[in-house]
Amino acid sequence: MNILVFIERAEGTVKKNSLEAVAYAHAMGGNVIALALGEMDEQELKALGTYGASKVLHGADPKFNAGVIQAYATIITSAMTQENADILVLSDSSLGTPVAARVAAKLDASLVTNVIALPETASGFVVKRSIYTGKAFAKVSLTKVKKVIGLKKNAAEVKEVGSPIEVTPFSATVSDSDFATRITSSEKATGDVLLPEANIVVSGGRGMKGPEHWGLIESLAKTLGAATGCSKPVSDMGWRPHHEHVGQTGVKVAPQLYIAVGISGAIQHLAGVNSSKCIVVINKDADAPFFKAADYGIAGDAFDVLPKLHEAIKALK
Amino acid sequence: MKILVCISHVPDTTSKINFTDNNTRFDSTGVQFIIGPYDDYALARAVELKESMGASVTVINVGLADTEPTIRKALAIGADDAIRVNAEPTDSWFVAAQIAAQAKEGGYDLILMGRESIDYNGGVVHGIVGEMLGMPSVSPVMKLDLVGNTAKLAREIEGGKEYLEVNLPFVAGCQEPIAEWKIPNMRGIMSARTKPLKVVEPASVDSGVKLQQFELPPPKGAVKMIPADQVQELVNLLKNEAKVL
Ligand SMILES: Cc1cc2nc3c(=O)[nH]c(=O)nc-3n(C[C@H](O)[C@H](O)[C@H](O)COP(=O)(O)OP(=O)(O)OC[C@H]3O[C@@H](n4cnc5c(N)ncnc54)[C@H](O)[C@@H]3O)c2cc1C
Ligand SMILES: Nc1ncnc2c1ncn2[C@@H]1O[C@H](COP(=O)(O)O)[C@@H](O)[C@H]1O
Repeated sequence: MNILVFIERAEGTVKKNSLEAVAYAHAMGGNVIALALGEMDEQELKALGTYGASKVLHGADPKFNAGVIQAYATIITSAMTQENADILVLSDSSLGTPVAARVAAKLDASLVTNVIALPETASGFVVKRSIYTGKAFAKVSLTKVKKVIGLKKNAAEVKEVGSPIEVTPFSATVSDSDFATRITSSEKATGDVLLPEANIVVSGGRGMKGPEHWGLIESLAKTLGAATGCSKPVSDMGWRPHHEHVGQTGVKVAPQLYIAVGISGAIQHLAGVNSSKCIVVINKDADAPFFKAADYGIAGDAFDVLPKLHEAIKALK
Repeated sequence: MKILVCISHVPDTTSKINFTDNNTRFDSTGVQFIIGPYDDYALARAVELKESMGASVTVINVGLADTEPTIRKALAIGADDAIRVNAEPTDSWFVAAQIAAQAKEGGYDLILMGRESIDYNGGVVHGIVGEMLGMPSVSPVMKLDLVGNTAKLAREIEGGKEYLEVNLPFVAGCQEPIAEWKIPNMRGIMSARTKPLKVVEPASVDSGVKLQQFELPPPKGAVKMIPADQVQELVNLLKNEAKVL
């Protein structure tokens, strides 16, 4: 069984979540062919072998640096045909998920996104996916020969299972119509830990009182190597950028540790955090609903607790 | 200009989720249904475009008769007419194939929908519809302006934004802050009652995805409260008990 894994590019490096996709495909027991597009770090591509790829294809043309949904879908589809792969695995993201949709439509494949566990293959091919924005799960069977699987972030464990391998150049044929959408520019926070991929997230709500107090959140995040997040009203009021807003209508995170400070815990906020492994809540109201969803809680004033927490964590490091 | 807006009929964001029939059916007892929040943004932007430059707005929903109040709400918000494909929306592929089949006839210049549904969370209907109709698809779109035949878009990417241009027709999955949600006014509600709502039978589609069973997450254990003057204890627990530091 040949499984193609699409490797997403982040500023010329391999996106961490794409390693999860490689690990997932390897754990499925298939022959894993990784496909990377755009200019990328050669060493990182070779290292895909370490995580379970048995072949790495690289379409290095710089015109693929920017993620154009249609062009990527065309190239991935032809790579699947060339490599005789019936299954595509990729990580769900703002690029991966729309690309998965178009590839599935080109191949008439069974399509499933938001997948959180390895397939059960005892009878058929059954995967578990997250539904109702993390409030429930569904087990679905994929019945078509070709299958496209979008993996939810942090759903697979990255392990070293092999050693680096050589990279094979891949030349992709695309048509002009694949570039019907033209990317004119982009803005990207650089240097920071990206919220959707972070292992630790420190998030602030309206209880932080104003953007001038975000230094407390940011310095703690920095020490922890964490990303910063916020509640919806905080981004609505412009205290923080929109892409930091966590919840039902914002980013869904699944970190090891989510620290929520001055956030009440409205159900729409919880929808974005309920896949976190461990949740810590700091809120001055001991009856705040967030405590019911937390593993650890401190009922206290953020302006008093945050500096102490920061000191204690610095001492640990 | 003709705009098609795809709306899902989903449990209110505060709903508790339960299942019946041996975990094979959603339990709608006591659940309020709404237009999907992302779809509501798409609808609001479509109505804004209609108001600013003139357009006809058609809403489409794949659902059984119980979704009609949700469709009427979209008409009250400002859509001109509606199509209901009379079938249970089992998965994104099924829904997308039905929408594509209807849109083929319609000659729409713009197909707007939400970035994702909040029940199925596929995030893929826009891409499938785009591919099936041979149109570009862009998602998640947070800004959409039209200059003649060209749309200028902003798309949210991890940690930032990407700006794009694309010519009509195309498909967009929308999210905030593309527009402000609109609340229907009395006049809208009155006129919605008589706006055309066409019911069509579904095309036969093999989606290749079959539900086996639903599951609920295991109940959350009780929270461990730590006194505000013992922050060090929290750090110890995170390190030694939860093992997340
Ligand atoms: C359709 C829909 C979708 C939505 N989507 C989202 C979403 O994606 N994400 C989201 O976050 N919200 C979302 N919301 C909004 C949500 O319902 C809440 O209004 C919002 O999450 C509240 O934000 P908050 O907790 O920051 O503010 P508040 O509810 O005002 O809570 C502030 C908290 O801070 C505490 N506090 C105050 N001072 C201090 C202090 N000094 N120290 C410590 N604690 C303090 C208070 O006790 C309180 O609990 C959505 C709403 C709707 C209707
Ligand atoms: N049953 C439905 N009827 C009409 N449109 C739908 C339906 N389900 C989903 N959609 C649209 O498709 C978008 C993406 O859905 P999904 O890919 O399932 O997450 C939603 O935001 C809606 O705009």
